This record gives sequence, structure tokens and C-alpha cells, in this order.
Amino acid sequence: MTGGLLASELGLLFRRRRTWAMLCALAAIPILIAVAVRVSSAVPAGRGPAFLDRITQNGLFVGVTAMVVSVPLFLPLTVGVVAGDTIAGEAGQGTLRYLLVAPAGRIRLLLVKYGGAAVFVVVAPLVVALAGAGIGAALFPVGPVTLLSGDRIGTGEALARLLLIAAYLALSLLGLSAIGLFISTLTDVPVGAMAATVVLSVVSQVLDALPQLDWLHPWLFSHYWLDFGDLLRQPVSWESFAANAVLQGGYVAVFGALAYGRFITKDVLS
Amino acid sequence: MSAPGPAAELSIETKGLTKRFGQQLAVDDVDLAVPKGAVFGFLGPNGSGKTTTIRLLLGLAAATGGSMRVLGEEMPGKLHDVLPRVGALVEGPAFYPFLSGAANLRRMDAADPYGSASTRHARVQSALERVGLTHAADKKVRAYSLGMKQRLGIANALLGPRELLVLDEPTNGLDPQGTREVRSLVRSLAADGATVFVSSHLLAEVEQICTHAAIMSAGRLVAQGTLAELRGAGQAWIRVLTPDPGAAAHVLTGLGLAVILSPDGGAPPGGVRPGTPAGRDAVLVATRRADRQTAAPGEFAGAGEPVAPEAMVAALVAAGVRVRGFATEQASLEDRFVALTGEGFDVVQ
Repeated sequence: MTGGLLASELGLLFRRRRTWAMLCALAAIPILIAVAVRVSSAVPAGRGPAFLDRITQNGLFVGVTAMVVSVPLFLPLTVGVVAGDTIAGEAGQGTLRYLLVAPAGRIRLLLVKYGGAAVFVVVAPLVVALAGAGIGAALFPVGPVTLLSGDRIGTGEALARLLLIAAYLALSLLGLSAIGLFISTLTDVPVGAMAATVVLSVVSQVLDALPQLDWLHPWLFSHYWLDFGDLLRQPVSWESFAANAVLQGGYVAVFGALAYGRFITKDVLS
Repeated sequence: MSAPGPAAELSIETKGLTKRFGQQLAVDDVDLAVPKGAVFGFLGPNGSGKTTTIRLLLGLAAATGGSMRVLGEEMPGKLHDVLPRVGALVEGPAFYPFLSGAANLRRMDAADPYGSASTRHARVQSALERVGLTHAADKKVRAYSLGMKQRLGIANALLGPRELLVLDEPTNGLDPQGTREVRSLVRSLAADGATVFVSSHLLAEVEQICTHAAIMSAGRLVAQGTLAELRGAGQAWIRVLTPDPGAAAHVLTGLGLAVILSPDGGAPPGGVRPGTPAGRDAVLVATRRADRQTAAPGEFAGAGEPVAPEAMVAALVAAGVRVRGFATEQASLEDRFVALTGEGFDVVQ
């Protein structure tokens, strides 16, 4: 039963032009990077985003570079739009009252809405990674990859590592989507919920950059966002992955509970 | 007021239903009793608490006080058992503009845990057919007219077999044809045994389709009952248009009737009538229709014996009164409505 509603939710999400526009914009990031590197002279090592200097040697690094570039703003932006829209979008449109009268059930609807946002969170980094790998393969040589630990792995395994990084980013953004879901239950104005979610992701990163707030850093949901370098070692170091999973799980639990507490008692007057 | 029957006979029953928003009492101690199978008109000026009451009944908002039973079940405790049996149109239709009409209905049906996916297509088609939207089923709702959206909203309420339909302003934005269709739709739903709860501020509409009605004013339920009870059955009067008002009044008073002389047509008790054509005086016989037990139907009772209207005309003519107009009139729902909720922009807030 809930599967049917989730399928309907995903159909709704991926039939929206807005969703496709955001995914296209995300795909454009690696394409821009690849084209820029291709038409310019060699990038001196150590300048620009991480891994940028490796692109000319191996096209698969376009995907990695693009993910590094899109973590601070572009990915949180699209996730903020989707997560902030979950409840507030339905409320602003008036469809929330009809879903509840149907009756979708408030808990079921909240779960389905978060499920939809979570699927988007998986798809968004995947689009960056695959578009990057695709354009990288088209414009640059592809071959065995030298990892940060100095080991060399084959193309197939390199692609697997790329997908692993996309999965890491998906995990990283689950906490932010839970925050967006909660904010979305507070308002009937979807744009407000989206903006607030995106702003929070920026604030979290700014706080994470202030050494004076050292004690706070491990609690910030963006703290491990860029720590996927561990996945480019041989053997893979799962430390940051595990720490990130615990942190994101905590955020999902706390903000999921807050969203539940708010939505279950909310008077739907829109 | 009709005495509320036992709970099983009522589709909607509220006791002391109250909803407070901050300082404002949006719904104040409302005791609704909607009999099973009735077409129930829920009347009131804009802002009188109709829609808030509906939101409470459907579990969209939580009541501050009081109790509710819908289809015999305690609400909001049994919300998930009751709502699948209820179709609703609340405060105007709302849809996803980027989806087609049929896709919108499929989405809403997917939200209903009892909406079986295997019969979904057929149910959506028949709901669209019922409101005459089959031709626009695959058109994006963005391109729908207001009337089409309204119909789609009604179709959404008809996606499954419903025992209770809650229709908030169902004819809003519809053209006269659409209004007629909605009326006949409501009648056919009632004929199928469903209870229809129609909120409206269009009195003529309610008079035409409803068996029962309730009137809200400033959050309070000020009247409730069958339509005849509400109109004030028995309350009727005679209007005589004549250039000889003095003589006419004398004759009618002689028959034992209470007479109001009014040069402008006057107002009967508890109501307002349009004015009399200029240049004619009117005599208004303000009286109650006679009791059924003591008089023949249509007779008027004054201080003395019941008098039939034709006898009044005969007496007036015999006395040489120039009768230019003679009519028996009855209070309309509008008279009652205005008497209870205030006139024009002086509506109680």
C-alpha cells in the first residue's frame, strides 16, 4: 500500500520539469570542468579543486573533481529544494488536505515524502559521477588509476570507487534532507523551507571552517562531507564512512522525530 | 430544531464542537446533527466557521473542545476507518498543475490505502465520466478552467463508493449548466443512499437540493432542522395591493386578522420583501397560517375563526376596496438566513 504511494511520489518528483532541470544542472558541472580542462593548457599540480590536475591523465577523475566541486553548494542546493518542498509544497498547493483526507495518513505521508527525498539524494550525486565519467571518457584517456595510497587499480574497479563516492555523498546528504523535511512541516511556503534548508547547509559549513569552534565540528552535519578521500585508498578505509553514517543517522533520527512531532499535530489550514 | 435521533441514525454528530485560533473562536460550541441519507445544507456567511467545522470533521485540524461522530464512529480516533468512506471537496479544488486530470486522480487514489491499484484506472475513468470531464482527462490541470477544476475536485470525492460526501461550495466557479449538473449529481448521490453535506452561501442552491440545513453565524450554530422547519413552516402572510389601504385594513381587521399598513410594502416578521411598485399602497396582513388541526390547509388564523384567502378577497371586493394585487407569501430560507445572520455588510463577525 505504502509502496503504491511511494511509487506515486517518485513519479511526481521525476515528472516535474524542476527536478530534471536540477539534474541537468548537476550533470553540466563535470561537463564544464572537462571542457575547460580540455581547451586550456595543462593544469599545474596543486591548483584548483582537488584531483583537477589528474584529469588529463585519466578521464575518470572528471567525476571525482565534479563531486568535490558540487559538495559545498550545488548538491545541498538541489537537495534543499526537494526536501524543503516535501510537505510545504503540498500545503502551499492545497493538495496536502486532499492527501490527508484520502486518507494518506500523516505518518505514512511523512515516510513516503522522506523516501522520495532520499531517492533524490541518491540520484543527484550519481548523476554528477556518471556524467563526469562519461564526459571524461569522451575527452580524455581512461585507464588504470593511481590511488592516493599509491596503488594502481583497473578501470572497472576505479568506476566502482566512483560509485562508492557517490554513495558516500548520498549518505552525507540524508541528514540535510531530514532537516529540510522538518522545516517543510513548519510552513506553507515551500520557497521559504527550501531557502532555510540551503542556508543551514551553508551555515554548517562556515561553522565547520572556524577553528575556534573545534568542539562543535564533529556535531555538524556537513563535517564529513568532503572526507571521501579515504575511499580512494587501498585498502578502502571505512573510518570516515562509518563516522558519517552514525552522524547522519543521528540527524535523521532527531529531525525525523521533530518532523513527526510537528506534522502529527499540525492543523492543516491551507 | 429537530430532535437529534439515536447516534446510529446520524451520519455526522457533534457535541459542543469548539475550535479556537488564539483569541478567536472560529467554531463555538456547535451541535450538528446530520441525519443519514439527508442532503444537508450547511449555510453561513463567509467567515462564519463553515470550512473550519469541515476541517475538524475531516481530521485536518484538531478541535479545541467537544466531541464528534462521523458515520457512527468516534472522531478523530477512528479517522483511518472513516475517511475512506468519505468523499470530500474542501475549500476549493487543489491539484498538481503539471499533471493531467486523470493523473491527479490516480495520485490521490494512491494515497488512499484502500484504493486498489487494479481497479484504479476504471474508478478514475468513471469518476471523470460522472462529472463530464472524460474529454479533458489527459489535459494538464494547468490548462483547466475554474469550472473544470471544480468538477475534477468533485470527481476526486467520487473515486470510491462513499457513504458520506462533504462538499464545500461545490458550485463555486461553475456556469449555470455546471450548477445544474452538480445539483442533479447531488440528487443522484443521495438517491444512491449517500449522505451529502453541502456547505454553501448560495441559499437558492440549498433550497433546491437540500432536505435539511443548518445555519452558522460567527462560529455558532444558530439554526438547524429540516428545510420546512427552518423556513418557519406556518409562518405566512397575505399581501394586498390597493389604493384604499384604510378601507382594506378595516375589512381585514373585521375578519380578526392582524394588519400592518405599509406604504412601501413593508417587511413581514423575520424577513424582507422587495418593495411595492411605486404609487400603490399596500396592506400587509401579518399573520400566521392557521393550525392544521383547527383549519383547512391554506387558511389564516387571526383572533377569530380561520379565514381562507379567497374569503378575504370576497370580503374586500364586497366592501368596495379596489384590490390590485393579492398574494399569499411564505418566508423563504433567505428571509430566515438574513434574520439570523444580519443584513448586507453588517454580518456578525
